[in-house]
Formats: sequence, structure tokens, C-alpha cells
Amino acid sequence: MPGDQFPITRWSVIDAVKSEDPAEQTRALDTLFAAYWKPVYKYVRLRWNRPTEDAQDLTQGFFAEMLERDLLAKYDPAKSRLRTYLRLCVDSFVMNQEKAARRQKRGGNATHVALDFPAAEGELAGATIDPASIPSPESLEEFFEREWVRSLFALAVEDLRKLCSERERERTFRLFDDYDLSDDEEISYERLAAEYAMPVTDVTNALSWARREFRRIALERLRELCGSDEEFHREAHAVFGSDAA
Amino acid sequence: MKFLSDKTVDRLRQNANLPDLSGTRYQLLERVACGGMGTVYAARDQTLDRRVALKVLDVLIADGDLARRLNREARALALLEHPGIVPVHDVGTLSDGRVFYTMKFVEGQRLDKYIETVTSLPDRLRLFLRICDAVAFAHARGVLHRDLKPANVMVGAFGEVLVMDWGLAKILREQSSGASDDDPEAAILHAQQASNGPADSTQATQVTGQGTVLGTPGYMSPEQARGDIAQVDKRSDIFSLGAVLRFLCVNPLTHSGQSKAWRQDKTLEAICAKATEIHPINRYATVSDLSADVSRYLDGLPVSARKETIFDKSARFYRRHTIAILLIVAYLAMRILLLIFSHR
Repeated sequence: MPGDQFPITRWSVIDAVKSEDPAEQTRALDTLFAAYWKPVYKYVRLRWNRPTEDAQDLTQGFFAEMLERDLLAKYDPAKSRLRTYLRLCVDSFVMNQEKAARRQKRGGNATHVALDFPAAEGELAGATIDPASIPSPESLEEFFEREWVRSLFALAVEDLRKLCSERERERTFRLFDDYDLSDDEEISYERLAAEYAMPVTDVTNALSWARREFRRIALERLRELCGSDEEFHREAHAVFGSDAA
Repeated sequence: MKFLSDKTVDRLRQNANLPDLSGTRYQLLERVACGGMGTVYAARDQTLDRRVALKVLDVLIADGDLARRLNREARALALLEHPGIVPVHDVGTLSDGRVFYTMKFVEGQRLDKYIETVTSLPDRLRLFLRICDAVAFAHARGVLHRDLKPANVMVGAFGEVLVMDWGLAKILREQSSGASDDDPEAAILHAQQASNGPADSTQATQVTGQGTVLGTPGYMSPEQARGDIAQVDKRSDIFSLGAVLRFLCVNPLTHSGQSKAWRQDKTLEAICAKATEIHPINRYATVSDLSADVSRYLDGLPVSARKETIFDKSARFYRRHTIAILLIVAYLAMRILLLIFSHR
């Protein structure tokens, strides 16, 4: 099944932002913002212990500065992961927040991605960095990575929902939602088969398809968010291989 | 957009990793274990109606050459018929591009867990000798392991020792660097160079993570770690065996303080040191030489790894013949006492 296989052919955002095609640039930036705005916002809230409004301004300001200063063009995949690079850029930006605030006023609305800050704030309820403690660089990296994986998976789930809708497989997505996106430990294929009045084998096949597509979509998005093949393989191992590693 | 809790993210990660075995002869049963290179599942071989271990590797292949090479490697590995070796039955590719292979399903414990129940040093060393037997057999057939470590050794329900994951570390290394068929070993060098490149805090973790794929830090020989492919040969496996031996000797026991005494055993330490010499030329030339030394140690005989002083020789002689020496000393003491009393 060649269609299911690698290599991913979509451009990396790092290459795409250098494109001369403005539409391609915008698409790349939107992809990047969609994946990173929530991790950045939550990171600013917790790592820098900033109140909600400040964190919102800083998040928008950071992405504006990223555009103004062409930070992505300065990223070198050989030196670090894109995720780490962006986190360090956020640190440096927040440390310089007064200047950042001015920039935010000039270009804070440059992204086309709707930033749902109240939702992000709600998600922070269970966050685990203790602002009173001195977090280690590892715990900060871990926190940022966890939020980034959450953001990546949420986008992939949304893409999967759209795909299922396009292919008239809404029931498959509902099964996926009920089983894989549920916190219910008691859920079983048998229970789903009974609820949906379908054989267990159909539930198995539907979930198998949905998971394969979810994995493919998540990896495609991940490929876009990496600066090199090597980084992609490392990140793919961290995101999916970490079940194994 | 739906918020995904930590639990959901973990569940998604696990479920998305479940292999889609449609189109293969295998039926997924359950997840058994996970490690640095991939995840092991129990599966049913529907053709032969038997339970097998199916390992899905965290690498993706897309090119036919590599798939062909994997099959060729699998055929070579299938020739390793030895009671201490778990050969690969089958190698294939999932529809999402991940590589999987199947092998005999071994019911037992990994060596690093199993030895917690083995409290006697001689028993641990005898276990080690059986690992050496399997590795020596493979070396005699021109197969290197390249990723020997306690986690790759299983001890079965009847005490049988089985060495797993033969040759696959090599395939993985080649895959991760995209080495060509003509120059399979170059992959090690490329992969190592890649892993040594960047230098941020995440990278350090990543290097460790990648190191698991490329070989296991602590058990990987220096020439493998350096990517000095010209020097990677059976003495690289001997280095790993030396590290395994050291692990068996110093891994603390839960009930006794014996491990400290073992660390202080200069002969055993000399054997480990010789096996794990930085320069391959200074290591044991063959696995048989290493196991011969361990056997001689067990029998209380001198070993090639250590030049003994007269004191060492005497101590070893005493340890080997303790009862006889004590009997002779007791006999002589009695004779002297009798002599003294008879003169009075």
C-alpha cells in the first residue's frame, strides 16, 4: 500500500517559510502556530508565572516577533530540535518582555489561527510545574514537550475527524472517539459493538483503520514541523516510539 | 478542538502504535513488553497455529532494497540453530511502513530481572558461561550480535538461557543511516556522527534515546561508539560480554552483602577488565577464551587475565584445597601434641 508509506512528501515549515510563494508561507506559518501556540502560552503561564492577560500578550507577541525577526530562517536543524529552539526563543523573548510588548502592539495579529486562550487556560487546570519551585531545564523541556505532543495529537484528531467526514466514515470516528479518546477504563470492543449494533470484528477493523490514519496524519504534521529528516526520525521516536522507549 | 488529557494522549500513543497485521499471517494477541528499539507483542501465527513473539521496530522503511536485505538477514539468522539462541522466524513490513519480525515466544524472565533471584556467584557465572556458549556458536558461523546486554537475554521457565535479537541491531543501524547495500557497515559511522552533532539539553536525551537504537551505552564497545567500523568484529561482542559479566558480578543482591566482596575479587575484575579493554587487540581473542577464564576461575585455577603473585597463588591454593589443608594442619597439630606429651 504505497499510499500509506513514507516518506512524507509535505514540505517542512522551515523550508516553506523560505518559499517565495506567499500562500505557501502563510500555510506554513499557520501550521506552526496551530501546533505551538498552546504549548507556548502554557509555558509562559507556568514557567514565567505570568498572569493570563500577560501570557496572552506575550504569546501573540512572540509569534509576531518570530515573523519580524525571521527567527525560523535562523534555525539550524543540525544544532537542536525546532521545539527546543522555539522554547529557548520564548525564554529570551519573555526576558525582554518590555520590548516584546511594543512589538506585540505592532504585529500581534499576524497569525490566521484563532487563539482560543480561555480554552487553553481551562486546560491548564491540571498543569504540573510548581511555580514556587525552581524547575530544572529537564522538567521545563518535558513540560513543553508534553504540551507540544498534546497539541500535535489534538490537531491530528481534528484532521482525522475531517477525513472521516469526507469519506462518510463518521461512525468510524465516533468509535475512535468513544474508545481511543475516552478516559473510560471499562470501555471494550464488545461494549461498543453492542452499542453500535455491529459485529466486534467491524469495531476492530474500524478502529484499526482510524488508528492507522491517525498515526499517518500525526506523522505528516510532525514531518512539517521538523527541520530535517534526522530530526523527524528522532521526534517520531519521541512521540510514538516513546511508547516503546 | 477536543482537549486531550494526559491519559488520553498516552492511550492514543499506545493504540496508534498497535500494529495493523491485516494482510499478514499473524493475529495480534497482546502487548508483552517495550524497549528502546520497539515493542514486543504476543501474536498467533495463523498458518502454523502457534504463539509467536512479534516485535515492531520504531523504524520505517520505504525502499524495497532494505526490505529485501531484511529478508536476507532473516534467512541467515534462521540458520543459527542452537539451544541458547532464539532465531528470527520471519521479517516483514506493516502497511504503515514499520518493520516487524517474529521469533519463538519465550516464556521467562529477562536476565536483569532473573538474577535478582540468583544469590550465588558461581550460579551467576554458570549462567554467563551459557550465554558465552551461544555467542561462541554464532561467531563460529560468522554472525555477530552487536547489542548484547542483560535485556537481550531471557531465562526460560526451566532455567534455559536464550540470547535474543540476533543481528537485528545491525539491520537497525543500517536503516537509521540509510546505508547502501554495498556498504552496510558505513551506516554505523553515519548514524554515530549524526547522533554526535547537535548539542542542546534535549539532544543529550536524544542521543541516549538514539543510542538505544544504535547500541546500548555501557554495553557498546568503544569502536562501535566511535563508529570505527573497520574494527567492529567479534571482539566488540566480547566487550559487551565483559560488561554483562561485570553486571552479573556487581548487581547488588537483595539479601546479602556479597556483591561488595565480588567487586573486590581481583581475579574476576581482571577478567572483566580484559574483556572490556578499550583496544580490541588487548581483549580476549575469542569468546571461548573468555569463557575458559571464567571456567578456570570457577574451578579455582589460574586465569590468563591476571598474573598471580606468590601470595595470590597461595591464597588460591588454600581456597581450592581448604578442607585438605585444614585436615593436614589438624593432623600435624595432633602429631606435634602427641610428640610433646610422649616426651614428658
